[in-house]
Amino acid sequence: MAETKYTEEHEWIRVEGDVGTIGITQYAQEQLGDVVFVDVPAAGRTVAKGEACAVVESVKAASDIYAPASGEVVESNAALAETPGDVNAEPTGKGWFFKLKLADKGELDGLMDEAAYDAFVKSLG
Amino acid sequence: MTESSAGPLKRTPLYDLHRELGARLVPFAGYEMPVQYPTGILVEHNHTRTACGLFDVSHMGQVRLTAKPGQNAAKALETLVPGDIAGLQPGQQRYTQFTNDAGGILDDLMVTSTGDHLLVVVNAACKDADLAHMQKHLSATCEIEPMFSRGLLALQGPQASAVLSRLVPQVATMKFMTGAYVVIDGARCYVTRSGYTGGDGYEISTPADQTDAIARKLLGHPEVKPIGLGARDSLRLEAGLCLYGHDIDTTTTPVEAVLLWSVGKERRVQGGFPGAAVVQKQIAEGSSRKRVGLLPEGKAIAREGAEIVIGGKTVGTVTSGGFSPTMGRAIAMGYVERSQSANGTKVDLMVRGKPVAAEIVPMPFVKHAYYRG
Repeated sequence: MAETKYTEEHEWIRVEGDVGTIGITQYAQEQLGDVVFVDVPAAGRTVAKGEACAVVESVKAASDIYAPASGEVVESNAALAETPGDVNAEPTGKGWFFKLKLADKGELDGLMDEAAYDAFVKSLG
Repeated sequence: MTESSAGPLKRTPLYDLHRELGARLVPFAGYEMPVQYPTGILVEHNHTRTACGLFDVSHMGQVRLTAKPGQNAAKALETLVPGDIAGLQPGQQRYTQFTNDAGGILDDLMVTSTGDHLLVVVNAACKDADLAHMQKHLSATCEIEPMFSRGLLALQGPQASAVLSRLVPQVATMKFMTGAYVVIDGARCYVTRSGYTGGDGYEISTPADQTDAIARKLLGHPEVKPIGLGARDSLRLEAGLCLYGHDIDTTTTPVEAVLLWSVGKERRVQGGFPGAAVVQKQIAEGSSRKRVGLLPEGKAIAREGAEIVIGGKTVGTVTSGGFSPTMGRAIAMGYVERSQSANGTKVDLMVRGKPVAAEIVPMPFVKHAYYRG
């Protein structure tokens, strides 16, 4: 059973076994506006929790994406190179960024569940 | 492109309309302005290129100059700008710059002669300083009337002429960079055929209290959609047009910015504007750097501040960069050393510490589509 957690930087991570799939939330894509370029980390790269490891460019600005947990990148979403708009259309589906083999699942404990994240977004006005 | 400013944010006459239309409002030059509407910047950009967009540019500063008895307002304004203002025929408009003693640019502006007056439109962020500058130097020769509460609407795109001529038939045959008084819905407006998109279109100066009604009337035409500042920026970048405070400022001269076309031919020789000696020397000997277009090879976007590098050596800086919806790729402009500025020169743009291959190219990126009759 997959479990999805959220960060205060508006990333989501969906965990199945010891692999987490990472992307940005609906709120994040709305704030960014039209996404025109995504720079995702290559498979094999090791990232630390909190490390800036991807970049999403909208028409307006570039934004860093931070690793919600430590681990090794096992796959990145190559399709985003051709269809970056997937991030706007399906931020939690086709618009995923990369998959991470988690070094320590315990790191996820500090992240928000869906109800907590929804409340967090509401608190932003 | 958000710029901070002290004090409470001001609102244009279209504030309520922006809210109704679902705009995302951001602080810009001291105003609460729409950066985009719900459809988003890409749709707004493409709509302006293919149909017609309505922009609220009421935050810009409109000032009317009128010669005092026995004086000449155009000659007076020429003491502050390098453009040929005295040569403007009634109804003609020109682009020029306020320069400082070093030839740097204090602001860029549009000047239109109505015959009786000069109508000046300056950037929002500079308008208070520009007004003080004109009051300091032109009060002896001109009546200076700030009209900062007036509305200014830009109607831009290939369908702009069809739309506006339904309300005002005479605008159909107006040529690029001309202006005329017209009546729209009983309101006396001043229309110029100009804009900031590189396409055909008009800017319409409206009485403050009738701006909302005129904007709603224009939006009632099926071709017209509201367009925010986000698309305004991507449109002007495709057109190779400078954004003040980014591509031009007090440290860049009209020669370095490749705006020499806007400096009057006689004025290049005769001078008589602040910094004329510097500008004349640069005309004669060339400036040490110049503004160029940059076309990155890949999809990565080099934005303002990115270094321009050749063979590991920094030769300049990107001043504007973004995604061109029309071309479907990244574009940029910036300044490079003149010796490295030839079209076709290969450079690297440093994006997040990594080189992005790019080439120096002529501007505009998207061909201008001005109506010249």
